[in-house]
Amino acid sequence: MKFGIVVFPGSNCEHDNYYVLNKVVGAKVEYIWHKETALNFFDVIILPGGFTYGDYLRVGAVARFSPVMKEVVKFANSGGPVLGICNGFQILLEAGLLPGSLITNDHLRFRCQDVYIKVVNNKSCFTKCYETNQVLKMPIAHYSGNYFADKETIENLEREDRILFQYCSSDGDVVPEANPNGSMLNIAGILNEKKNVLGMMPHPERAAEKILGSEDGLGIFNSLLGKN
Amino acid sequence: MWIAKVIVSYKTGILDPEAKTIHNALISFPEGILSEGYQYISKIETGKYFQISFDDSVNREKAEELTKQACDKLLTNPVIQKYKFQLEEVSK
Repeated sequence: MKFGIVVFPGSNCEHDNYYVLNKVVGAKVEYIWHKETALNFFDVIILPGGFTYGDYLRVGAVARFSPVMKEVVKFANSGGPVLGICNGFQILLEAGLLPGSLITNDHLRFRCQDVYIKVVNNKSCFTKCYETNQVLKMPIAHYSGNYFADKETIENLEREDRILFQYCSSDGDVVPEANPNGSMLNIAGILNEKKNVLGMMPHPERAAEKILGSEDGLGIFNSLLGKN
Repeated sequence: MWIAKVIVSYKTGILDPEAKTIHNALISFPEGILSEGYQYISKIETGKYFQISFDDSVNREKAEELTKQACDKLLTNPVIQKYKFQLEEVSK
């Protein structure tokens, strides 16, 4: 099993993902430059965080036209797992692989802090290593993480069990006080219809070693590797 | 009531990084954006649009004066930016 990490101009979390996959998890991993047009050697694609193309126009709006994205869309449509973290999530939304949009945080501040998120269900290929309702501690670092979608989209996400992570208190309560950015329904991560594409704002790759404060993010990478 | 529609943009020759990035994207990744003809786009400039609404006690002259002050002192940095605006009378 091989992970591919897409590197766009302005990506800045690709090394963290590479390090965690390679050194901590012990998986095969390679970088994919955004001009690449062949993804057939990969089993999982990661779009890392960063500030692609300077966040100009709208977050993710330019990166989604990078040549590699055509292949990422094909890969996702054929059922391949795609994980977008932070700016990667924003790119997946602009590319139409996930519904809705991430707008500026409601308090207009950049938030860089640890948050708690609840695993809403452990049935997806990204959360098999967790318990349903398990509370995870992970850092966020973003200015545009305020998930917004129209009513119909939100209802579909709920009905189809596609809200995978919600911001919560340390006890797992999904309450407004635990919402760091104004996201509707405290949404921190969502799945596509086929449940093989995940976009999330918190950084699991920054929560992969105890010495750095938390290893709660490891479960996502281990789940993708098929570990239990 | 009067409203002012203001557009602020960069003066000629000032680096407009957002426009440059967008133009580069159009040239580099035309597939999926333009069906054809990206080579005919010679330049892109960005700007900001502001709409200022005044209350009923403000007449046209006053609205113009207030808009100018807002543009000169806050909405633009006159070293690098220029502005233009038009006033419109609208019913509430």
